[in-house]
Amino acid sequence: MDALLGPPKSVWEGGPLQASDHRVSFGGYRRSVENRRLLLPALHAVQDRIGWISQGALGYICRRLTVPPAEAYGVAGFYALLSMEEGPPRRAHVCDDVACRNAGGLDILAGLDGRPDVHPSPCLGQCDRGPAVFLQRAGEEDAVLVSTTARRVAEVLDGGAVSAPSVAVPQAGDPSLRLLRRVGVVDPASLDDYRASGGCAALARAVEMGPDAVLAEVKASNLRGRGGAAFPMGVKWEGVARSPVKPRYLICNADESEPGTFKDRVLMEGDPFALIESMIIAGLAVGAERGYLYIRAEYPLSAARLEEALARMREAGMLGEDAAGSGQMFDIEIRRGGGAYICGEETALMNSIEGKRGEPRNKPPFPTQAGLFGMPTVINNVETLVNVIDIVLEGGAAYAATGTEHSTGTKLFCLAGAVARPGVYEVEFGETLGGLIGLAGGVTGTGRLGAVLLGGAAGMFVGEEHLDMPLTFEDARDRSAALGSGVVLVYDDDADFRDAARRIAQFFRDESCGQCVPCRVGTVRQEELLARHLGGARLEEDLFDDIAKVMMDASICGLGHTASTAIRSAIDLGLLEREDG
Amino acid sequence: MADGADPPGVTLTVDGAAVAVPAGSTILDACRAAGKDQPTLCYLDNLTPVNACRVCVVEVDGNRTLAPSCSRPVEEGMAVGTDTDRVRHSRKMVYEFLASSADMGLVDEQTVRWMSYYGCDPARYGPQAGPVEDRDERTAGHHRIGDGHAAETVHQSVKVDNELYVRDYSRCILCYKCVEACGEDAQNTFAIAVAGRGFDARISTEFDVGLTDSACVFCGNCISVCPTGALMFRSEHELRAADMWEEDRQTVTRTVCSYCGVGCNLDLHVQDNRIVKVTSPIDHSVTSGHLCIKGRFGYEYVQELGDLAVTPIDEVLRRARG
Amino acid sequence: MLGAGGGTCSYEEIETTDVILLWGSNAREAHPIFFHHLMKGLRNGAVMYAVDPRRTTSAMWADAWLGIDVGSDIALANTVGREIIAAGLHHREFIERATFGFEIYAEAVEPWTLERGAEVTGVPAEVIRRMAHDYASAERAQICWTLGITEHHNATDNVRALIDLALLTGHVGRYGSGLVPIRGQNNVQGGGDMGALPDKLPGFQDVTEPAVRAKFESVWGGSVPVHRGKHISLMIEAMERKEITGLYVIGENPAQSEARAEHVRGLLAGLDFMVCQDIFMTKTAQLADVVFPAAAGWAESDGTVTNSERRVQLMRRAVEPPGESKDDLEIISLLAERMGCGWGFPSAEEVWDEVRRLSSIHAGMSYRRLEELGGLQWPCPDEDHPGTRFLHARLWEEPMTCTPAPFVPTDWVPPIDPLSGDYPIRLTTGRRLDSYNTGVQSRGYRSPLRAKAAIEVAPQDGAALGVSEGDLVSVTSRRGSIDVPIFFHRSLRPGLAFMAVHAPDEADVNLLTNDAWDPKSGTAEFKATAVRIEPAAAMS
Repeated sequence: MDALLGPPKSVWEGGPLQASDHRVSFGGYRRSVENRRLLLPALHAVQDRIGWISQGALGYICRRLTVPPAEAYGVAGFYALLSMEEGPPRRAHVCDDVACRNAGGLDILAGLDGRPDVHPSPCLGQCDRGPAVFLQRAGEEDAVLVSTTARRVAEVLDGGAVSAPSVAVPQAGDPSLRLLRRVGVVDPASLDDYRASGGCAALARAVEMGPDAVLAEVKASNLRGRGGAAFPMGVKWEGVARSPVKPRYLICNADESEPGTFKDRVLMEGDPFALIESMIIAGLAVGAERGYLYIRAEYPLSAARLEEALARMREAGMLGEDAAGSGQMFDIEIRRGGGAYICGEETALMNSIEGKRGEPRNKPPFPTQAGLFGMPTVINNVETLVNVIDIVLEGGAAYAATGTEHSTGTKLFCLAGAVARPGVYEVEFGETLGGLIGLAGGVTGTGRLGAVLLGGAAGMFVGEEHLDMPLTFEDARDRSAALGSGVVLVYDDDADFRDAARRIAQFFRDESCGQCVPCRVGTVRQEELLARHLGGARLEEDLFDDIAKVMMDASICGLGHTASTAIRSAIDLGLLEREDG
Repeated sequence: MADGADPPGVTLTVDGAAVAVPAGSTILDACRAAGKDQPTLCYLDNLTPVNACRVCVVEVDGNRTLAPSCSRPVEEGMAVGTDTDRVRHSRKMVYEFLASSADMGLVDEQTVRWMSYYGCDPARYGPQAGPVEDRDERTAGHHRIGDGHAAETVHQSVKVDNELYVRDYSRCILCYKCVEACGEDAQNTFAIAVAGRGFDARISTEFDVGLTDSACVFCGNCISVCPTGALMFRSEHELRAADMWEEDRQTVTRTVCSYCGVGCNLDLHVQDNRIVKVTSPIDHSVTSGHLCIKGRFGYEYVQELGDLAVTPIDEVLRRARG
Repeated sequence: MLGAGGGTCSYEEIETTDVILLWGSNAREAHPIFFHHLMKGLRNGAVMYAVDPRRTTSAMWADAWLGIDVGSDIALANTVGREIIAAGLHHREFIERATFGFEIYAEAVEPWTLERGAEVTGVPAEVIRRMAHDYASAERAQICWTLGITEHHNATDNVRALIDLALLTGHVGRYGSGLVPIRGQNNVQGGGDMGALPDKLPGFQDVTEPAVRAKFESVWGGSVPVHRGKHISLMIEAMERKEITGLYVIGENPAQSEARAEHVRGLLAGLDFMVCQDIFMTKTAQLADVVFPAAAGWAESDGTVTNSERRVQLMRRAVEPPGESKDDLEIISLLAERMGCGWGFPSAEEVWDEVRRLSSIHAGMSYRRLEELGGLQWPCPDEDHPGTRFLHARLWEEPMTCTPAPFVPTDWVPPIDPLSGDYPIRLTTGRRLDSYNTGVQSRGYRSPLRAKAAIEVAPQDGAALGVSEGDLVSVTSRRGSIDVPIFFHRSLRPGLAFMAVHAPDEADVNLLTNDAWDPKSGTAEFKATAVRIEPAAAMS
């Protein structure tokens, strides 16, 4: 704790008594407000050290930070990976989500049934090499096991060693790659290698151009956000850059948690310097002094590589008072999530950084007006930001020449499930769904396509009729689909869609933050309805629609808005009716 | 405020009728100005809107989703619909969701009227699941998977851990009002907060310790903002249990607290010449509806009358005092 | 103070002020709803300094807590004043236009350098400097205080020293700036309004002014005594001299609430005749010859009270008073009738309307308006007047038409009860959130917060005594000795002890306190007693 916060300054903050403590104390309300942002890191520090948040530890955190214990408890209990109960020093979170469950995840859970240190988990972002297990280890770094087995998990839980899996992409070496060009090719730990492969050139160029020119190129590129909402990035940036209010913030949303998604992890593990460089370019362009990189806790390797890259970049003068010789102050702090899908929602993520429960905020106001700490904030996801490098280097107009008119550039897709070569693929916007599946070696299993879960749990199932759909924002919209986070989870025609639908309903109920009624209760009622149907009852379709509609219309955030879409699509495709399911 | 002219007005339409309100007003303000009151649950004039319940949602032309009228600021030219199909559907569903998962038996008359206006039928989610006692121990991201034949609820035992007030979380609809009143919007004590996540979210002290072990200072401001009777004076709780709570026979008299020089207005709720509950007007500048422990509960001395007090209500009130 | 005695601000003003000096006030516990307004101020960005010997639950919220020695308030105020002048932060234009006596003040505070102030108060010089600079530089600033300022032998000088700071910086007479004494009882202000002061008639009108007396005499149809009356400390002295031999006590419990209580009880018992009118059979009532059982004002009778923002508000009868008890007004009317005055039995509203006729500051406050508007703040001279949110706007008017406000330099005089080898511990008193004064009302409900009557000391002092928490100790002052349990509290430093005043039956702190009183206000020095503490076993 003290390593994180420094030694306490007075007896009033939990330190030893000093003579001056009898006469003065400082901080009061203001200190409590300013310290609140340290709550989640402090909770993590305790979890990392002793494996759970004891009452005594929570009390000490509260005294150090002047945070009320009930509030700290409410924040801690919001996160699935902060444990409020004492338990074994190692805990395994076994992915049983849409991709891993049939790739061995359920088998691991069955094999280790009854162990108090084994818990089922939502998607861990390792869908191309499942089944995956996330390991929390008191006193040691967290770790990930991929393509693993029950026996291996038991061995590690009982003290066995773990080594980090390597990162690779199927297209490695393909000269047409842009975002993935260095992944699996260039040493992600070496700044020299990064530079030697063209790294940092964009930053130098951006500093030379100045913020206004960078902004103009980004606008000209017509780059749209890859996080799901497809909002033009230039408009966002300009809103913040033109704001008279300071300070401003930049956030990189690396809380990649949409089931079936792992592209950002591959970028972060394989090319961490590129993300840091992109963030610096963005921060300088919009006049932010501080950037936060919020990464999900289940990505320990990404976080470690980014911390390392950050340190190297800071040493090289790319960050700090005069970032990259720009004359502007800019630095980056990495924040870890705590196991909460909802924190991928941009305003929930901001609340999480602020030390509050990760509950989404109502919009408006939008983050560009009142975001992190109520200040103008640009928030972009990893893939979106990394595009900045090419935009700066080749110019916005040249960038816009790739892809289609409304979907410029390239797009990363996460191919998993019943395909021959799962992994992250980079294609120009406009490639068809069928073409993409072909790139991954086609459908395996029965060899016949059952359906594709496109866009993740928040997306929808599509069938063969969508194989000719060009993968662009506009085509997806025209065909009532969405690219979402780029999930292309392929099922053959023998897949158990009833089980998949049920897992999705369970996912939304587990991950609803509970703030608004439509989603808090709606996700429960939806799961109950589905359970009745899968148990043999007639599908109550009117009731389903009523539930879906209120979640869509009246929920605060996208989680509720999309909590029914995948199940609805499964119903429409008749996937839930199969007797042999 | 001492200075500053009225801000410029904003004109919008509510259900087709034009209405002008000051800039910075909410849609709810505009609806009220247009004479169209809206249902609310988590909104109260003396609290910051959390817009969590979504029962006040309205349809704003051009918006993909419905907007919470309690907190969405008006914009020039906005066209607001308060009784469209989508609005009626969402409101009905919100009420149904709540009534199918919590005990709404003590909500105010307006809420009852709105629920009937929207045709709520909470029974269509199946029979309600019975009480459970593990809600305070549930962990985020995990739940027991059932067969769907009973609608899950928040039903559980009443928490009685002090002589002043009780917490019946079977009635809790998680409107956040008590948390706000205990915290930033009034008392700044932060004895309670929302804990857990999703359907298992609940109002809790740290580690669910009893109120007497928490930071609670028993101001009772949480009781006064609770819309469902989940938080209740011990006196009311015992009188209800004895079937002696008769609101239509009660008088409410406004007076001033005697316990310090701040001058808080008290509304004394009196039944059978006995004070059974104390509230404060939320539109009064001194308290904004909030009191301290003395003003809220310190009235007993005028009716601890020993042998003089032998009426049935006194017996129940004595029991409430523990 | 500056004319009529009342807080200059409305509560709402603290919500938008920039700097708050909370001085000698634990408002978080003693005035919780005022603290709600203060918290809004903090949320809106106000900087707060809390001056208190103890690090109270109020001081915890402050940007800086200044833990001064008990009774060194004037030393601190004068140091702040000097620092403001030395740094050139005083409001020259305001001083010029609206005050007089600045030069004398400046000269008087000149010796109070930061170093000397730090030495006398115990607070580091740098923190005093910061407070002085922040207060003086603020656009809006308030000083709020309660009994930590006024329960001293030099209470009036303490208040004067704070007023001088407001005059020095121009922090009075404008929205958001001012002087805010928060009253301890629901009608301390109203009692003053109504002339329950030794030398005032209703509306703070001076009894020695012939024209004032003539006005009252014309309405009352009798003569108004010319001479000033006695405040309670003078009455006690007069009882000692047998000049006062009869007493009519209404709603007070001097047998327990006054300093040096044992002595006061002796005097009350020695009176020829005492009438006590109270809702309880108090310790004082037990000594009385005649007891009039009274109705509880706030719930069992009608009337008005005035709060700390000068807001006159209606109290109404909600329940019938029990047994034979009667409304105070009825008791007094009955008494008058037996004494041969034909007052009849006026209603509370009729009495109030008479007040309105005689006191111009209340003239516009009809019951109807008080009801409709949720009270009105005086002055409110006529029925079209909205009431007055803050006082002394006239000091900023152009041109200045009123009398300028005087600087009144004050000398620091340490507490009368000095610390010594025999009495090395400074005992101070105070209030707790759930209790009220001598506890006769507040002990009637089951507060889960109720603390045992006890003396609190710093953990180090407790350790030095070799006692454990909860042990019985003897606390002895130059006036008496009591046995109470001891508890340790981090809010106290070594040498400082605290007792709450709420449980005189279990721990009669006023057997210890000093009855040295302020000649101007008549308040005794409850806040500064020299005591020694010993394990109780050693005494027996």
